[in-house]
Amino acid sequence: MSLWEYANPVKFMALSGRILPFIAVLSASCLATGLIWGFFFTADDFKQGSTVKIIYLHVPAAMMAINAWIMMLIASIIWLVRRHHVSALAARAAAPIGVTMTLIALFTGAMWGKPMWGTYWAWDPRLSSFMILFIFYIGYIALWQAVEDDDTAADLTAIICIVGSVFALLSRYAVNLWNQGLHQGATLTVRETSPIDASYYYPLLFCIMGFILLFVSLVLLRTRMHIRVRRTKALVARRSL
Amino acid sequence: MIPDLGKYAVDVLSAYLVALVLLFALVALSLRQSTKARTALKCAEKQENL
Repeated sequence: MSLWEYANPVKFMALSGRILPFIAVLSASCLATGLIWGFFFTADDFKQGSTVKIIYLHVPAAMMAINAWIMMLIASIIWLVRRHHVSALAARAAAPIGVTMTLIALFTGAMWGKPMWGTYWAWDPRLSSFMILFIFYIGYIALWQAVEDDDTAADLTAIICIVGSVFALLSRYAVNLWNQGLHQGATLTVRETSPIDASYYYPLLFCIMGFILLFVSLVLLRTRMHIRVRRTKALVARRSL
Repeated sequence: MIPDLGKYAVDVLSAYLVALVLLFALVALSLRQSTKARTALKCAEKQENL
Protein backbone atom coordinates (compact mmCIF):
# COMPACT_ATOMS: atom_id res chain seq x y z
CA MET A 1 0.00 0.00 0.00
CA SER A 2 1.30 3.45 -0.91
CA LEU A 3 0.33 6.99 0.07
CA TRP A 4 -0.24 7.77 -3.61
CA GLU A 5 -3.28 5.43 -3.60
CA TYR A 6 -5.14 8.20 -1.78
CA ALA A 7 -4.61 10.49 -4.76
CA ASN A 8 -7.47 8.44 -6.19
CA PRO A 9 -10.61 10.47 -5.35
CA VAL A 10 -12.70 7.35 -4.62
CA LYS A 11 -10.16 6.03 -2.09
CA PHE A 12 -9.68 9.51 -0.62
CA MET A 13 -13.45 9.95 -0.15
CA ALA A 14 -13.77 6.54 1.52
CA LEU A 15 -10.89 7.08 3.96
CA SER A 16 -11.63 10.73 4.74
CA GLY A 17 -15.32 9.94 5.31
CA ARG A 18 -14.33 7.39 7.96
CA ILE A 19 -11.75 9.48 9.86
CA LEU A 20 -13.32 12.95 9.60
CA PRO A 21 -15.88 12.61 12.46
CA PHE A 22 -13.20 11.38 14.90
CA ILE A 23 -10.78 14.21 14.05
CA ALA A 24 -13.59 16.80 14.30
CA VAL A 25 -14.69 15.55 17.75
CA LEU A 26 -11.06 15.40 18.97
CA SER A 27 -10.47 18.93 17.67
CA ALA A 28 -13.55 20.33 19.43
CA SER A 29 -12.55 18.57 22.68
CA CYS A 30 -8.96 19.91 22.58
CA LEU A 31 -10.11 23.43 21.72
CA ALA A 32 -12.78 23.48 24.43
CA THR A 33 -10.34 22.13 27.04
CA GLY A 34 -7.52 24.50 26.10
CA LEU A 35 -9.62 27.65 25.77
CA ILE A 36 -11.72 27.07 28.92
CA TRP A 37 -8.62 26.14 30.93
CA GLY A 38 -6.63 29.08 29.57
CA PHE A 39 -9.34 31.70 29.84
CA PHE A 40 -10.99 30.76 33.15
CA PHE A 41 -8.34 28.93 35.17
CA THR A 42 -4.98 30.61 34.56
CA ALA A 43 -3.63 33.52 36.58
CA ASP A 44 -2.74 36.92 35.13
CA ASP A 45 0.90 37.42 34.17
CA PHE A 46 2.89 39.80 36.43
CA LYS A 47 3.82 42.00 33.43
CA GLN A 48 1.11 41.39 30.82
CA GLY A 49 -1.84 41.16 33.19
CA SER A 50 -4.88 39.44 31.70
CA THR A 51 -3.67 40.01 28.10
CA VAL A 52 -1.60 36.84 28.52
CA LYS A 53 -4.86 34.95 27.86
CA ILE A 54 -4.69 36.11 24.23
CA ILE A 55 -1.80 33.67 23.57
CA TYR A 56 -4.27 30.75 23.54
CA LEU A 57 -5.69 32.11 20.30
CA HIS A 58 -2.81 34.13 18.86
CA VAL A 59 0.00 31.54 19.01
CA PRO A 60 -1.95 28.57 17.53
CA ALA A 61 -3.58 30.78 14.85
CA ALA A 62 -0.21 32.26 13.81
CA MET A 63 1.35 28.78 13.69
CA MET A 64 -1.48 27.45 11.54
CA ALA A 65 -1.44 30.50 9.24
CA ILE A 66 2.15 29.63 8.29
CA ASN A 67 1.72 25.85 8.36
CA ALA A 68 -1.39 26.02 6.15
CA TRP A 69 0.67 27.80 3.49
CA ILE A 70 3.46 25.19 3.81
CA MET A 71 0.84 22.44 3.39
CA MET A 72 -0.52 24.26 0.31
CA LEU A 73 3.04 24.52 -1.04
CA ILE A 74 3.62 20.77 -0.67
CA ALA A 75 0.23 19.95 -2.24
CA SER A 76 0.91 22.40 -5.10
CA ILE A 77 4.32 20.87 -5.82
CA ILE A 78 2.71 17.40 -5.86
CA TRP A 79 0.15 18.78 -8.35
CA LEU A 80 2.86 20.29 -10.58
CA VAL A 81 4.99 17.14 -10.55
CA ARG A 82 2.46 14.28 -10.45
CA ARG A 83 -0.80 15.97 -11.62
CA HIS A 84 -2.92 14.44 -8.85
CA HIS A 85 -6.19 16.39 -8.75
CA VAL A 86 -6.81 15.62 -5.07
CA SER A 87 -3.60 17.44 -4.11
CA ALA A 88 -4.58 20.56 -6.10
CA LEU A 89 -8.04 20.49 -4.50
CA ALA A 90 -6.53 19.99 -1.03
CA ALA A 91 -4.38 23.11 -1.55
CA ARG A 92 -7.48 25.01 -2.66
CA ALA A 93 -9.38 23.70 0.38
CA ALA A 94 -6.70 24.90 2.80
CA ALA A 95 -6.61 28.51 1.59
CA PRO A 96 -9.80 29.85 3.28
CA ILE A 97 -8.72 28.17 6.52
CA GLY A 98 -5.26 29.73 6.25
CA VAL A 99 -6.63 33.20 5.56
CA THR A 100 -8.94 32.93 8.59
CA MET A 101 -6.02 31.86 10.78
CA THR A 102 -3.94 34.78 9.47
CA LEU A 103 -6.76 37.21 10.19
CA ILE A 104 -7.17 35.83 13.73
CA ALA A 105 -3.41 36.09 14.31
CA LEU A 106 -3.32 39.68 13.04
CA PHE A 107 -6.37 40.78 15.04
CA THR A 108 -5.48 39.08 18.32
CA GLY A 109 -1.90 40.33 17.92
CA ALA A 110 -3.18 43.89 17.53
CA MET A 111 -5.41 43.49 20.60
CA TRP A 112 -2.38 42.32 22.60
CA GLY A 113 -0.07 44.94 21.04
CA LYS A 114 -2.10 48.00 22.01
CA PRO A 115 -1.81 47.56 25.80
CA MET A 116 1.69 45.99 25.70
CA TRP A 117 3.48 47.94 22.93
CA GLY A 118 1.26 51.01 22.94
CA THR A 119 0.20 50.47 19.32
CA TYR A 120 -2.08 48.15 17.36
CA TRP A 121 0.34 47.95 14.46
CA ALA A 122 3.98 48.57 13.62
CA TRP A 123 5.94 47.90 10.42
CA ASP A 124 7.96 45.30 12.24
CA PRO A 125 9.57 42.51 10.09
CA ARG A 126 7.32 39.74 11.43
CA LEU A 127 4.11 41.79 11.35
CA SER A 128 4.85 43.08 7.84
CA SER A 129 5.65 39.62 6.45
CA PHE A 130 2.41 38.35 8.04
CA MET A 131 0.44 41.13 6.35
CA ILE A 132 2.04 40.21 2.99
CA LEU A 133 1.17 36.55 3.63
CA PHE A 134 -2.45 37.62 4.22
CA ILE A 135 -2.46 39.44 0.86
CA PHE A 136 -1.01 36.34 -0.82
CA TYR A 137 -3.85 34.24 0.66
CA ILE A 138 -6.42 36.70 -0.75
CA GLY A 139 -4.69 36.64 -4.16
CA TYR A 140 -4.54 32.83 -4.13
CA ILE A 141 -8.28 32.50 -3.37
CA ALA A 142 -9.19 35.19 -5.92
CA LEU A 143 -7.19 33.42 -8.65
CA TRP A 144 -8.99 30.13 -8.04
CA GLN A 145 -12.30 32.00 -8.38
CA ALA A 146 -11.23 33.96 -11.46
CA VAL A 147 -9.95 31.14 -13.70
CA GLU A 148 -12.68 28.95 -15.13
CA ASP A 149 -10.60 25.93 -16.09
CA ASP A 150 -9.67 24.06 -12.88
CA ASP A 151 -6.38 22.65 -14.19
CA THR A 152 -5.17 26.07 -15.36
CA ALA A 153 -6.23 27.58 -12.02
CA ALA A 154 -4.33 24.85 -10.19
CA ASP A 155 -1.18 25.58 -12.26
CA LEU A 156 -1.36 29.35 -11.72
CA THR A 157 -2.15 29.14 -8.01
CA ALA A 158 0.71 26.65 -7.55
CA ILE A 159 3.08 29.35 -8.84
CA ILE A 160 1.57 31.92 -6.42
CA CYS A 161 2.01 29.36 -3.65
CA ILE A 162 5.71 28.87 -4.42
CA VAL A 163 6.34 32.64 -4.50
CA GLY A 164 4.26 33.25 -1.35
CA SER A 165 6.14 30.57 0.57
CA VAL A 166 9.04 33.05 0.84
CA PHE A 167 6.79 35.25 3.00
CA ALA A 168 5.43 32.28 4.95
CA LEU A 169 9.01 31.36 5.88
CA LEU A 170 9.89 35.01 6.51
CA SER A 171 6.92 35.25 8.89
CA ARG A 172 8.40 32.42 10.90
CA TYR A 173 12.05 33.47 10.87
CA ALA A 174 11.79 37.28 10.57
CA VAL A 175 12.58 37.79 14.26
CA ASN A 176 15.77 35.70 13.98
CA LEU A 177 16.85 37.13 10.61
CA TRP A 178 16.49 40.84 11.40
CA ASN A 179 16.75 40.77 15.17
CA GLN A 180 14.84 44.04 15.38
CA GLY A 181 11.27 45.27 15.65
CA LEU A 182 8.68 44.93 18.37
CA HIS A 183 7.74 41.26 18.03
CA GLN A 184 9.45 38.91 20.48
CA GLY A 185 10.94 35.51 19.60
CA ALA A 186 9.06 32.20 19.46
CA THR A 187 6.82 31.39 22.43
CA LEU A 188 7.50 27.67 22.04
CA THR A 189 10.74 26.07 20.91
CA VAL A 190 11.61 22.47 20.17
CA ARG A 191 15.22 22.44 21.39
CA GLU A 192 15.10 24.44 24.61
CA THR A 193 12.94 24.07 27.67
CA SER A 194 9.73 26.09 27.47
CA PRO A 195 10.21 29.84 28.07
CA ILE A 196 6.70 30.06 29.59
CA ASP A 197 5.41 28.78 32.91
CA ALA A 198 3.77 25.32 33.00
CA SER A 199 0.43 26.85 34.09
CA TYR A 200 0.25 28.62 30.68
CA TYR A 201 2.13 25.96 28.72
CA TYR A 202 -0.30 23.01 29.09
CA PRO A 203 -3.52 24.83 28.10
CA LEU A 204 -1.54 26.32 25.19
CA LEU A 205 -0.56 22.81 24.05
CA PHE A 206 -4.24 21.80 24.08
CA CYS A 207 -5.13 24.88 22.00
CA ILE A 208 -2.33 24.18 19.50
CA MET A 209 -3.47 20.56 19.16
CA GLY A 210 -7.07 21.77 18.77
CA PHE A 211 -6.12 24.21 16.00
CA ILE A 212 -4.04 21.55 14.17
CA LEU A 213 -6.91 19.04 14.30
CA LEU A 214 -9.43 21.72 13.30
CA PHE A 215 -7.25 22.53 10.29
CA VAL A 216 -6.99 18.84 9.31
CA SER A 217 -10.74 18.24 9.67
CA LEU A 218 -11.64 21.37 7.69
CA VAL A 219 -9.14 20.53 4.93
CA LEU A 220 -10.67 17.05 4.66
CA LEU A 221 -14.22 18.43 4.68
CA ARG A 222 -13.46 21.11 2.08
CA THR A 223 -11.42 18.77 -0.16
CA ARG A 224 -14.38 16.36 -0.16
CA MET A 225 -16.61 19.30 -1.10
CA HIS A 226 -14.34 20.30 -4.02
CA ILE A 227 -14.16 16.69 -5.26
CA ARG A 228 -17.98 16.56 -5.30
CA VAL A 229 -18.22 19.90 -7.12
CA ARG A 230 -15.72 18.66 -9.72
CA ARG A 231 -17.66 15.39 -10.19
CA THR A 232 -20.92 17.34 -10.55
CA LYS A 233 -19.35 19.60 -13.18
CA ALA A 234 -18.13 16.53 -15.11
CA LEU A 235 -21.59 14.92 -15.04
CA VAL A 236 -23.30 18.13 -16.17
CA ALA A 237 -20.74 18.61 -18.99
CA ARG A 238 -21.22 14.98 -20.14
CA ARG A 239 -25.00 15.39 -20.22
CA SER A 240 -24.81 18.58 -22.26
CA LEU A 241 -22.73 16.88 -24.99
CA MET B 1 -18.58 33.40 35.22
CA ILE B 2 -16.10 35.68 33.45
CA PRO B 3 -12.83 36.11 35.38
CA ASP B 4 -11.73 39.58 36.44
CA LEU B 5 -9.71 40.82 33.46
CA GLY B 6 -8.89 44.19 35.01
CA LYS B 7 -8.08 47.17 32.82
CA TYR B 8 -7.43 44.96 29.75
CA ALA B 9 -10.93 43.43 29.71
CA VAL B 10 -11.96 45.12 26.45
CA ASP B 11 -8.79 44.01 24.63
CA VAL B 12 -8.99 40.41 25.84
CA LEU B 13 -12.73 40.00 25.32
CA SER B 14 -12.70 41.56 21.85
CA ALA B 15 -9.77 39.27 20.84
CA TYR B 16 -11.75 36.21 21.99
CA LEU B 17 -15.03 37.40 20.49
CA VAL B 18 -13.65 38.18 17.02
CA ALA B 19 -11.49 35.02 16.89
CA LEU B 20 -14.37 32.74 17.94
CA VAL B 21 -16.81 34.41 15.53
CA LEU B 22 -14.30 33.92 12.66
CA LEU B 23 -13.75 30.27 13.59
CA PHE B 24 -17.49 29.55 13.87
CA ALA B 25 -18.13 31.35 10.57
CA LEU B 26 -15.43 29.27 8.85
CA VAL B 27 -16.85 26.00 10.19
CA ALA B 28 -20.45 26.99 9.36
CA LEU B 29 -19.53 28.11 5.83
CA SER B 30 -17.55 24.92 5.18
CA LEU B 31 -20.45 22.74 6.40
CA ARG B 32 -22.94 24.70 4.30
CA GLN B 33 -20.83 24.48 1.14
CA SER B 34 -20.25 20.79 1.78
CA THR B 35 -23.99 20.04 2.15
CA LYS B 36 -24.73 22.06 -0.99
CA ALA B 37 -22.10 20.16 -3.01
CA ARG B 38 -23.40 16.78 -1.78
CA THR B 39 -26.99 17.68 -2.73
CA ALA B 40 -25.93 18.94 -6.18
CA LEU B 41 -23.94 15.75 -6.86
CA LYS B 42 -26.85 13.53 -5.78
CA CYS B 43 -29.12 15.49 -8.09
CA ALA B 44 -26.70 15.19 -11.03
CA GLU B 45 -26.22 11.45 -10.43
CA LYS B 46 -29.99 10.94 -10.30
CA GLN B 47 -30.41 12.69 -13.64
CA GLU B 48 -27.52 10.66 -15.08
CA ASN B 49 -29.30 7.42 -14.10
CA LEU B 50 -32.59 8.42 -15.70
